[in-house]
Amino acid sequence: MRRQVPLIITFVVGSVLIIAAFIPHYPFGRLGENFSLYFDIIAVFAFILGGGNLIRIHGGKFTRGIKLSIAAAKKTGGFWPLTFLIEFPFLAFGGLEDKRGRDWFFSFITLAGFVAMLYVGLFKIGNPDGWGGNVTHPLSTFQQFYIYMFNPLQATMYALLAFFVASASYRAFRAKSPEATILLATAFIILLGRTPAGAYATGWMPESLSFLHVPNLANWIMAVPNLAGQRAILIGIALGVIAMSLRVILGVERTYLGSDRE
Amino acid sequence: MNLRPSTILVLVVSAILFVLSANSYGFALTLAAFFTLGIFSFLYKDNPMYKFCEAVFVGISAGYWFVSLYYQNLLAKLIDPLVADPVGSGAIPYYVVAILGIMMLMRLVPSIGWISRWPLSVIVGATAGLWFITYLQSNAMLQLQNTIMPIQEYAADGSLNWYQSIGNLTVMIGTITGVIYFFFSKEHKGAFGTSAKVGIWFLMITFGASFGYTVMSRMSLLIGRMDFLFGDWLQLIL
Repeated sequence: MRRQVPLIITFVVGSVLIIAAFIPHYPFGRLGENFSLYFDIIAVFAFILGGGNLIRIHGGKFTRGIKLSIAAAKKTGGFWPLTFLIEFPFLAFGGLEDKRGRDWFFSFITLAGFVAMLYVGLFKIGNPDGWGGNVTHPLSTFQQFYIYMFNPLQATMYALLAFFVASASYRAFRAKSPEATILLATAFIILLGRTPAGAYATGWMPESLSFLHVPNLANWIMAVPNLAGQRAILIGIALGVIAMSLRVILGVERTYLGSDRE
Repeated sequence: MNLRPSTILVLVVSAILFVLSANSYGFALTLAAFFTLGIFSFLYKDNPMYKFCEAVFVGISAGYWFVSLYYQNLLAKLIDPLVADPVGSGAIPYYVVAILGIMMLMRLVPSIGWISRWPLSVIVGATAGLWFITYLQSNAMLQLQNTIMPIQEYAADGSLNWYQSIGNLTVMIGTITGVIYFFFSKEHKGAFGTSAKVGIWFLMITFGASFGYTVMSRMSLLIGRMDFLFGDWLQLIL
């Protein structure tokens, strides 16, 4: 029952939604739309599950770390609560020599960030319009957290990749084979064609050779060979998704159910 | 206590910067700059300042998405309709969905965790059914339809438009050979292998273009962060 019922549910829901696409009448006509709505709602519960897991895992690490730190503070002798309090802010920066509990402070920070965001968001703290106002009001604390904490962290995380991409391309971009040469040349033309340097470098070319003007060349690459490759990939993805959907609906693919021991 | 000199330096510099922030706006900017520099410090090596910023990022991003999903999905799509009409026939699907959602949370209790498979199977089944149709229509059929274009395109004056015609032919050849490359049930030999080889060239052009765009987007973000640090925060760029 623990595995059969979910397989039957998957089969029924999947099959009905496929059949519904071919019946444009009530109640099948809006079934896909309705299921998308239900999907969004259940996804929130999945997110609550994720939040619960975050609290469970980091809460466990935090508790273990606290115990370890108290034990370490007790070893130093004297009034240990004072030692613990003094050491507490420095623990994040490699204060404790015992590496087993070293990361607990970061678990505490993660939990604190999570709880703080929930608090300011769900209770609409600092919102000028009060409870009835929009949570994303520019002056609400939630939005301030977004602008001055979430946004810089996220943007910098992605900006950091610029260095790694540069480093990786320096090592990987060797024109060792025709395929690698094509990739290298395309990337070079696109990069050059989308910056003023490309226009300056080939701007002197006569009108009859305008197709060799780097920005024009970059546009042509994007509109023709790149489009062809993108289409091949999209068709490949579509065929893969269709095959996988059939495997799931027919119960051939069951990995989403987890192991039998659960 | 085993504090490294670099750590003490970072702490002292951070403390001075915060103290120097004259008002709440200045404090907020300094906080954003602290997080920016903290993440960039990973370029030197993995260090406590980076780990601190990473932990903050994980926590607040989880909280941010949680709050956003609560207001956009749970409140707007479940609670509001139920509050508006709690006993009508239209409310029944919402109650079913709410029960399925609560069943999903059973995963947190190991002894009855198997119950969460039921809502999960609804999600998986719905996704499989919806994607089957969506991908078949938009990715497979529509893309194929747009690939089959006239090889001879004519300009308004009746002359052959070579540029467009060659472009159409190239798109057709590239798409077909690219799809051939993804067909692994037949050995890539002879004419089939040659077509697959041509397909690889087109795919390499696509990967090169994607790579170029990825580099540019990352560079643009990097420029944005530098602009923030030197412009908004330090006021060196006006």
